[in-house]
Amino acid sequence: MSVSLLWAVDVYGRVYSLSTGGQQWEQCQDAVLEFKRVTAVQQCCWGIACDHHIYLNVHSSDVPIRYQEETYENQRWNPKDNFSDHLLPSDRWHWSDITGLEHQPLDSFLLPSTNWEWEGDWYIDENFGGEPTEKGGWTYALDFPATYIKDKKWNSCVRRRRWIRYRRYKATDTWAKIPSEGHSGPLPDPFNDISCGGWEISEEPRGRLSLWAVSLQGKVWFREGIHHHSPEGEGWEEVSLPGEVVQISCGPGDLVWAVLWEGQLIREPEIVSNGLCWVVVDSPNPEAGAIHVAVGDNVVWAVTKDNKVWFRRGINSHNPCGSGWIGMVGEMVMVNVGLNDQVWGISCVDRAVYFRQGVTSSELSGKAWKAVNVPRDGDIRSHSSASISSLHSAGCFFSGEVQAQSVMSEDLDTEGGPQRAVLEVGTCPSSPPPEPPPIDPDVPKPRIPKVTSDSFISEMLSDRQVKQEAATTASPSIPEEEVALGEPEAKCPPPWSNVDLEETQTHLAVGPAVVRGDSADTCSLSSVATYTLCQGEPYGADEHPLWAWVSGGGCGVNCHSQLNWFNSATALASSVQSMSLSISPAQTAAWRKQIFEQLSERSKREMDHFKHYEQAVEQSVWVKKGAMQWWRDWKPHKWVDVRFALEQFSGPEGNQDGILFLYYNFNEEKKYLHAFINEVTILVPVLNDSKHTFAIYTAERTKQRWPIRLAAATEVEMHDWLALLSVSCCDSRGIQGPPSKQAIWSVTCKGDIFVCEPSPSLEACPYPTPCDQMFWRQVGGHLRLVECNSLGVVWGVGYDHTAWVYTGYGGGFFQGLASSTDNIFTQTDVKCVYIYENQRWNPVTGYTNRGLPTDRYMWSDATGLQECTKANAKPPSPHWTWVADWTIDYGISGGTDREGWQYAADFPRSYHGHKTLKDFVRRRRWARKCKLTTTGPWQEVPPIPLSDVTIVLCGAQSSVEPIPLWAISNKGDVLCRLGVTLLTPAGTSWLHVGTDQPFKSISIGGANQVWAIARDGSAFYRGSVSSESPAGDCWYHIPCPERQKLQQVSVGRTSVYTVDQNGNLWFRQGLTPSYPQGSSWEHICNNVRKVSVGPLDQVWIIADKVQGSHSLSCGTVCHRLGVQPMEPKGQSWDYGIGGGWDHITVRGNSIEAPRVRMPSLTPSLTSSLTDPLRPPPPRSLLPVMITEMENGNAVRC
Amino acid sequence: MADDKDVLRDVWFGRIPTCFTLYQDEITEREAEPFYLLLPRVSFLTLVTDKVKKHFLKVMKAEDVEEMWFDFEGTPLKWHYPIGLLFDLHASNTALPWSITVHFKNFPERDLLHCPSNSVIEAHFMSSIKEADALKHKSQVINDMQKKDHKQLWMGLQNDKFDQFWAMNRKLMEYPTEEGGFRYIPFRIYLTMSDRPFIQKLFRPISSDGYTHTLGDLLKEVYPVAISSDDESKRYQVVIHGIEPLLETPLQWLSEHLSHPDNFLHISVIPAPSD
Repeated sequence: MSVSLLWAVDVYGRVYSLSTGGQQWEQCQDAVLEFKRVTAVQQCCWGIACDHHIYLNVHSSDVPIRYQEETYENQRWNPKDNFSDHLLPSDRWHWSDITGLEHQPLDSFLLPSTNWEWEGDWYIDENFGGEPTEKGGWTYALDFPATYIKDKKWNSCVRRRRWIRYRRYKATDTWAKIPSEGHSGPLPDPFNDISCGGWEISEEPRGRLSLWAVSLQGKVWFREGIHHHSPEGEGWEEVSLPGEVVQISCGPGDLVWAVLWEGQLIREPEIVSNGLCWVVVDSPNPEAGAIHVAVGDNVVWAVTKDNKVWFRRGINSHNPCGSGWIGMVGEMVMVNVGLNDQVWGISCVDRAVYFRQGVTSSELSGKAWKAVNVPRDGDIRSHSSASISSLHSAGCFFSGEVQAQSVMSEDLDTEGGPQRAVLEVGTCPSSPPPEPPPIDPDVPKPRIPKVTSDSFISEMLSDRQVKQEAATTASPSIPEEEVALGEPEAKCPPPWSNVDLEETQTHLAVGPAVVRGDSADTCSLSSVATYTLCQGEPYGADEHPLWAWVSGGGCGVNCHSQLNWFNSATALASSVQSMSLSISPAQTAAWRKQIFEQLSERSKREMDHFKHYEQAVEQSVWVKKGAMQWWRDWKPHKWVDVRFALEQFSGPEGNQDGILFLYYNFNEEKKYLHAFINEVTILVPVLNDSKHTFAIYTAERTKQRWPIRLAAATEVEMHDWLALLSVSCCDSRGIQGPPSKQAIWSVTCKGDIFVCEPSPSLEACPYPTPCDQMFWRQVGGHLRLVECNSLGVVWGVGYDHTAWVYTGYGGGFFQGLASSTDNIFTQTDVKCVYIYENQRWNPVTGYTNRGLPTDRYMWSDATGLQECTKANAKPPSPHWTWVADWTIDYGISGGTDREGWQYAADFPRSYHGHKTLKDFVRRRRWARKCKLTTTGPWQEVPPIPLSDVTIVLCGAQSSVEPIPLWAISNKGDVLCRLGVTLLTPAGTSWLHVGTDQPFKSISIGGANQVWAIARDGSAFYRGSVSSESPAGDCWYHIPCPERQKLQQVSVGRTSVYTVDQNGNLWFRQGLTPSYPQGSSWEHICNNVRKVSVGPLDQVWIIADKVQGSHSLSCGTVCHRLGVQPMEPKGQSWDYGIGGGWDHITVRGNSIEAPRVRMPSLTPSLTSSLTDPLRPPPPRSLLPVMITEMENGNAVRC
Repeated sequence: MADDKDVLRDVWFGRIPTCFTLYQDEITEREAEPFYLLLPRVSFLTLVTDKVKKHFLKVMKAEDVEEMWFDFEGTPLKWHYPIGLLFDLHASNTALPWSITVHFKNFPERDLLHCPSNSVIEAHFMSSIKEADALKHKSQVINDMQKKDHKQLWMGLQNDKFDQFWAMNRKLMEYPTEEGGFRYIPFRIYLTMSDRPFIQKLFRPISSDGYTHTLGDLLKEVYPVAISSDDESKRYQVVIHGIEPLLETPLQWLSEHLSHPDNFLHISVIPAPSD
C-alpha cells in the first residue's frame, strides 16, 4: 500500500496531515493562514482559509503536471517566394489551431495563472504520425484543409508544421489561492463549505474532479474544468437549489448530498445534470435537524443537531436515495467519508479524530469508533499544545516543583522500558534548549477559535433556533471550546520554559501508555464502551489536540490496513525500519553475520578434520506417498485417480536425489510412470477454482509440451507436495540460497515468478545448454514483469502497475521452510475480470438480450464460447477476492458509445463504437476489480505506478555506481531513477524526462544507450546519456519498420531488438560508434511476443506459439542460437519452458561461456591486455563502439 | 550473502567427532578398541549409538551387559538432552574428538532416565515438540497435524532426513504475520554449576509495545548473571549449537533458526575459559 494522507484542521485553524505510514500529525508548515475546512483527494487538498478564500495544495510528484500547448504555422506556395507566409485571403490564419479556424500566434499563449511556468521556449514538432519528417517539421498538402503527407510533391501547394511548448504547474506542496471569479466577475459572498470528489465518475479527462462549494448565503457553486492538466479548474458555476445550503458533500462517484438551513437533506442523483433534480430527504430525527452530511461511494452518513450520528441504509447505484436512517452509537460534531467508504469523525466529547473500524463493502456501517491517537509533530515543543496539556495541572504549574516533576519522569524512565529511548530525546538535560515553537510568535496571541468550522455553523444555527424555541439543542461545542481554550490563554503567560517542557513530556509519557491499554481492549468492546472509556480517561481530554475538521478523501485505507495510529507508543523505530527501502538492515545486521561466521567456523572446527569418521546414522530411503488425480496422457484426456510417491535417497556423491512414481490403472492393469527428481525442470502451480493442480516438467515433457498434470485434494496438500518437491529438486541439483546475480527471471501469465540459474555453457557457441534443460524455481510474489541486471538489482511491476524492488531474499516461496521473514513483505495486486454483455437487434423491440438460437451466450467471455454472467463469474483463483462491483468498461479498443456498447454486423466480428445501419448485434464489456494478497521478497516503490522498467546492463565485474534505471509510468511519462546503488536498489527519487508523447517501452543497454518506444509505435534513441548526465539531453526519432507499429524494445551490449504489434522481431542494422542510432530495421522472424537482450548480446524471446510433439504451447521461452560477435542476429531458435509464459529477462546473465581459443586470436588478446588504450577483445563487455562514444566521438544526426 | 535457510542446514548437519572408550572396569574378553563416530548435534545419544553398542558387545559376554550409558569425565550424560547441548554444556572447551566413556553396568539411577527402546526417545521427543507448540501456538499447529505428520517429524530425526523433517517442521515455525512472532518462545537455559536442571519461563518474542526482544533481553530477565557488564571480563559464555550469538540477536529469529528439532531453543550458560 502506498502512503497516503489523512488531513485535519484543529480548532486553531492549523492544518495537519497524518500519513498512513507515519505515527504523528505533521503540521502543514506552509499554511500562513488559518484554515476553516479542508477537503482532500489523493492528489491534492482544497481548503477554505480564514480569509474565506479557497486554496489548493497540490501534492508534489516526481512527475510534474505539464501541459502541451500547440499551434500550427501554415504556409502557401507561390511562384515568386516559393513557400511563404503570404496566404490567400480565403486561407486560414498564418498561425492557427489544427482546424485552422482559430487564430493562434505564439504570443497569444499566456500562462493560465501565476501558479504555472513555461518549461522552455516554442519548438517545432518533427514527429509526423510516428515518422520523423527531418525537414523542419513541414508536412505538405494540395490545399487546406486536406490530408498532409511527409514529403513534398509536385502538386504540394500548402504546408504546415506544428509548434509545441510545455507549461508546468509549479505551486505544488503549497497553498495556492484560487480566485473567486464566477463567469460574471467576483462572487457575491465568501465561501463557507467545500467538498471535493467525483474522481470515479469518468476516466476522461484524466484526474477529473468535482469541487462543490457553499457560500455564506447558502448558495452552491460548482468548480468547472478541474482535471490533471488543470488542477485549479476554470471557474465557478452557480448551481440553483431548492433552498439555502449549509454544508455539502460529494462522493467519489455521483452521490452529492447537501444540508439545508432548515435541517433537511437534499440529494442529487447525477452530478452532470447540475441541479435539475434535487430530492429532499427528511432529517433522520424530526426533533433535531441535520447539520452535517458525508457521502461516499455507496454510503451516506449524517449528523443531527443533537450530535447523533446516522447511517443511511440501502444506498446503491439503483437506489441513490437509500431506504432509511439507522442511528449510530457515538456523538460527533462532523463525520467524513473517505476512500473505500471508510468513515472519520470528530467526537463532540473530546474533539479527537475517530476512525470507524470494520467498514467493509459488506458491512458499510462498520463496527466501532476508534480514536486516532498519535502525537503532533509540534507536541514536544509547541507552546500551544503545552499550554493545553498543562491546563490540567495549572495549579502547580508555577510552584517551582521542577525536582518533583523530574523525579516523576525518572520513574517513568525506569518503568517505561522501551519507551525510554523515545522520551530521552526530549528530557535529556544536555540536549539543546528547545527551539522556538514552530508557530510564529508574532501571530496574535489570543488564539481563540473565531471562525473555525462547525462552531461557525453552530453559531448561525443557534441564532435561528433561539428564535424558534429555547436553546435546547444549542451546540455544546461552543462552551466547551471556550472553556478549554479561552482559559489557559487568559491565565498563562507565554509558557515556553523548561518547566513547561517537562510537564508536557510527562503527560506525553503517561498518555500513550494508558491509552494503549485501552485501545487494546477497544477491538473487542462495543463502541459504547470505547466511548465511555475515552470520556472517563483523565489524560484523554488533556492529551488530545482539539480537532475541528477531518478529511479522509485522500487517505487510502481499508479495514485490512495496518495502521499505527491507535497506539502511539508503538516503537517509532520499527516504523522507520519498515519504511526504509534499502536492502533490509536485518540481512546485513551484525548479529546475523556473526552467526553465519561462527557456524562455518564451527563446521571447520568440529568436522573438517574428522571427515574420515563414520556417520552415526546411515542414510536410507524415505518414501512419501499420497493420493492424487492425474490428467492422463492419452485420449480421452481426463482426471484419473492415481497414487503418487516420492522416493528420496542419497545420491552417489552424498547429495539427495529422488524418483517420483505415479501408479495408475490401465485396462485393469497396474502401471506406473516415473520421473527422476534431478530431471524435473520446473514445478508450476496451476490454481483455478475447481482443482488444486500443478504441473511437473522435465526436458522431455517440455519438448512434448505436455507436462505431468496433477491435482491434490486440498490446497494445503498441494502446497505440502510443492514445498517438498521443490526442496527435493533444489537439493538434487545442489541449488541453495538466493538466486545469483546472474539469474534469469521469468513471469507467467498468472503472475508467478520463476528464476533460473544459468549454466556457464548456456551461451556457449556452438554447443549451448539446451533451453529445455534449464531448471526453474519459484520466487514468492505476483508480478506482471520483472527486470534485472548483473549487479543483482531486480525490479518488478505488478498488474496494478505498482513498482516493486527485490529485497535480496532468496529461498523458496513457502513460509516456514524458507525461514526468514525479514525480507518478505505483503504484496498486493489488482486486476480486472472482464465479461461481455451481448445483444441482438430485432425490428420490433430493437436491441434486446434475446439472441438467435445459434448466437453466443448473452453474457459471455471474450470469445463468446463460455457463459459468464455477473453472478457466476469468479476471480481468477481462490487467492483473488472481489474488491468492487461490476462497471461498464469504456476503454475497450475500437471505442464505445456513451453506454459502452460496441456494434457489429454479426458475432464474432470486429466491433466499432458507433451504430450504423448494417449493425445487428452489439456488445459491451463489464469489468470487475479483484485483488490478490500474497507475500514475497518485494518491497513497494511508491508512489508512481509504472508500465515498464529497465536497468542498465553491465559486466559481472564492473561496479557501476549509481546504477542507471529508467522506467515508463503508467501514464506514459519517461522516468529516470536517481540514487540506485547496490545497497539502495530502490533508489531515492524519480527524474522526469520530457517527451512529446506518451511512451510504452524502454531499455537501457551497454554504456547507457537508451532506446524507447512511444505509444504511437515509433522508436526513439536518447542522446548523450552518461553517468554525468543520467537523463541525457534529447530524443532522436527513429523511423519504424515499414507499416509497423513497434511494441517493445530491448537493448543489449550493442544489439538493439524490437518487437512490433504484429509479433515481428526486428534487429537494428548499422549501429556504429559514430552513428549509434543505426540505419535500418532487419526482420528476424515473426511469432514473437517479447524480447530480452542480455549483456552478452544474447537474445531470448517469449514466442507466441510453439508446437510440441503432444501439444502446443502459447507463450514459450526461446533462446536464439548462433549469436556471435560477428553474427549478432544468430541463426535459429531453441525452445524452452512454455505454456503461459509472459515475460523473461536475461539481462543479469553475463556469464561468458568457456571460450574456445583460436591460436590466431591470442596475439591480439595479449596486446589488448597490455595496452590499456586499445579496445578490449571482442567478447568482453565494453564493446569497441562504446569506448569510442565515451571518448566523445559520437556524431549525431 | 548467505541465506537464512542455510542456517537450518548448518544446524541440522552439525556433527561432533566422538571417541567412545569402554569404561576400564568393564569386564571384557579381549581389549576393547575405542570407537570413533560423528554424532549429529541435534539427535539423542541413545538414538545414534547402535553402532557403538554393537562394537563393544563384540568383546563382552552377554551376561556382563546391562543397559548402556555414557559419561564424560565422570558426569553421566543425560540421553534425553540433545547431543549438541551435552557437548556444549560439558565439553565445549575441551579438545576434539569428544571422549565419551561407555558403561554397561552400574546404571546411575539417580542421574539418568532409562531408555529401553527408541519408542521412549520418540515419546520424549514428541512431548517436547508438543510442549513447544503449546507455547508457540497454543498447540493449534501440532493438534492440526495428523498422526502420520507426527511420524514424519520423528522419522526425519531418526533417519537424519533434513527435508523429511523440515517439510513438516516448517508448519511449526509459522506464525501470523501481524503478530510478528510466536506467542511465547520455547527455550531452556542450562547452567553447569546449578542444581536446577534448567530454567524455563514464559517469554514473548515481542513486547506489548511492539519492541523486538533479543537474546540479551531474555537473559536479563531470566538469568542476568550471564551477562557481564562492560567493565568486567567475560565470566560466562552463552552457547547455542556451539556458537555464541550476539546478545542483540532477535529471539524470534533464534527460535526459528537455532531451535533443536524438538522445537526448543537450548541455551547453555557455561563459565568462560579462564585464559
